[in-house]
Amino acid sequence: MATKSLDLRHFTGFQPLTLLCLFLLYAPLIIVMIYSFNDSNSITRWNTISLRWYYDLFYGVDAPKFKTAAINSVSIAIMAAISATIIATMAATAMMRAGRFRGKSVSFALINLPLMVPEIVTAVATLIFFSAIGFTTGYLTILIAHIVFCIPFAYLPIAARMEGIEEVYEQAAQDLYATRFQAFRLILLPLMAPGIMSGFLLAFIISLDDFIITNFVKGAGVETLPTVIFGAVKQGIKPNIMAISTLLLVVSVGFVALSYFVGRIGEKANPTTTKKGE
Amino acid sequence: MANLPKTTSKGSAKTYDGLGIPLILPAWIIIGFFLVIPVAMMLVYSFLTKEFRGGVIWEFSIGAYDQFFFYRGLFGDSPPTIEWTYIGIFWRSIWQAGLATFFCLLIGFPTAWFIATRTGPNKTIWLFLITIPYWVNLLIRTISMKFLIRDNGPLNEFFLSLGLISEPLHIINTNFAVQLGLFYSYLPFMVLPIYAAVERYNFALSEAAADLYASQTVTLTQVILPTVKPGIIAGCILVFVPSLGAFLAPDLLGGAKNFMIGSLIEEQFKGAAGNWPFGAAASMILLSLVLIVLTFYARSQTKDQI
Repeated sequence: MATKSLDLRHFTGFQPLTLLCLFLLYAPLIIVMIYSFNDSNSITRWNTISLRWYYDLFYGVDAPKFKTAAINSVSIAIMAAISATIIATMAATAMMRAGRFRGKSVSFALINLPLMVPEIVTAVATLIFFSAIGFTTGYLTILIAHIVFCIPFAYLPIAARMEGIEEVYEQAAQDLYATRFQAFRLILLPLMAPGIMSGFLLAFIISLDDFIITNFVKGAGVETLPTVIFGAVKQGIKPNIMAISTLLLVVSVGFVALSYFVGRIGEKANPTTTKKGE
Repeated sequence: MANLPKTTSKGSAKTYDGLGIPLILPAWIIIGFFLVIPVAMMLVYSFLTKEFRGGVIWEFSIGAYDQFFFYRGLFGDSPPTIEWTYIGIFWRSIWQAGLATFFCLLIGFPTAWFIATRTGPNKTIWLFLITIPYWVNLLIRTISMKFLIRDNGPLNEFFLSLGLISEPLHIINTNFAVQLGLFYSYLPFMVLPIYAAVERYNFALSEAAADLYASQTVTLTQVILPTVKPGIIAGCILVFVPSLGAFLAPDLLGGAKNFMIGSLIEEQFKGAAGNWPFGAAASMILLSLVLIVLTFYARSQTKDQI
C-alpha cells in the first residue's frame, strides 16, 4: 500500500519544475542582495564587498529623505494594522459568534470587497472621493486608505482561528455568571491571541508594501518607503536602492516568519482548537 | 461550513446573540464610507466633463466613454470611427494577463502538486519557501527583475560569459519583459490555492484509476485535474485579476510603448495631461471586466458544489 500510493503521488518532472519555480522566485532577489554589498559606484561592475551603500542609506545625501519615508511607512503601518485588527476582530466575532443578524451575508462580501476590487481602481476611487469632499490628500488619507485594504488581510487569520475555538468555553464562563464582555475579554480574547497577532502582522506587512494606492492618495510632499524608492528607480537603479530593497526584504521576511511561528506556537500550546475548520 | 446558523435547536444560542450589528458596524462604516461610496463617486465622475488642470466640471457628459470607444477626428466633427488605441491597450492587457496565467499554471501546478505530496516537516519547509516571495514587497521584486534583465545586467553578462550570445539581449522595455514581470509577480498566487486543493485530494481515486489500468497521463487528465479544478480556477483568478490591472510590471519593465490598463489609468491622474473623467471611465471598464470574471467564478463554484 505504502509504495503503491507513493507511486501514484509521483509524476516525472514535477520535482525539477518545483526547483525551477523556486529558482525563478528567488534568483532576482538573491542577486539584488548580493549586489547591495558591492563597493562600486556603478551597479554593473563588481568591485569588493562592503557595507558602503548601507552606510550611505543612513548617512548619505538621501538619508533624511529615506528616514522621513521610513518613519511615515512604519507609523502608518502600525496604526493601520492596529485599526484593521480591532475592526476585523469585532467583525469576526459578529460573523462567527453572534448568531444571525440582518445583512450578515452582505457583510461577508463587504469585508472581502477590498480584495476583489483591483488595486488601481481602489486608488482612483479613493483619490476621487477625497478630492470631491475637498479633503487635502496627505498622511491622513494614506492612513485611511490603508485601514480599508488591511481589514480583509487581518480578518482572514482571525476568522480562521475563531472558527477553530469551540464556544463551550465562553458558555462555561457564562454559566459561572461571567458577563458577555467578561467572557469575551477573559476567555475568547486570550484564546484568540495568536490569530489576532498573525492578523496584525499580515496587515502590517500589507500596509508597508503598498505602492499603488499610496501613490494616488499621498498628495504632495508626503512619501512612504515604496513611493520614495519608486521615484528614485524612475531615475535609474542606483546601488543605494539595492541596499534599501534588501533591508525591506529582510524586514518583510522576518515579519512573515514571525507571524507564521506565532500562529504555530499558538496552535500547539492551545488544546481547545479543533482541526475541523480546515 | 461551520458558521452556518443553526436555526431551531435551542442549545445553539450564540454567546454574543444580538450584538452582531454593533460588532460588524465599524467594518461596514469604514469599507462602506471609504470604498463603496468612492467607487460610486468614480462612476459619477466618469460621466462628468474634464477640467484642464486635472479635476472635473460638474456637467453631465458621456465624453469620457465616447473618447474611449470612438474617434471623431482632430476637431471632433468627423463622422465617428472606432478608436482602437484604448481598446488595443485593454486587449493587450487581457492578452498579457491571460498569457501570464497560462505560464503560472504551467509551472505552478507541478509545484503545488509536488509540495502537497511531500510528507512530514519537509512539506512545511517547501511551503514556507514558496510563501516567502509572496510577502516580499512587489515593488522590490519588480525592481529586482528590472535589475536582472537590463541590457548590461547580470543575466546578459552571464549569457555573454558563457558564450551563448555575442551581444546583450534586449529584453527590457519589451512585451516579453512585461510578461516576465507579471509571471514573476503573481506565480505564488497560483501555487497556494492549487496546493490547498491537492491537499484535500483523496488518493483512493488515483488508486481506483490505476486498478482499472489507467495510465498516469489518463489518471492526471481524467481523474486528478477534474477533482482539483476548483483550486486551479481559484489560482487562475488570483493571477489573472491582479495582472489585468497591474501597474508596476508594465511601468518599470515595459517602458512607454508597452502600456497596459494600469499605466493608462495612472497617467490620467498624474501631471497636466490628466483627464479625470476618462481615467474614471477606464477604471469603470476595468472594474466591469473583473466583475464579469468574478461572476463566472462564483457560478462555477456553486455548480461544483451541486
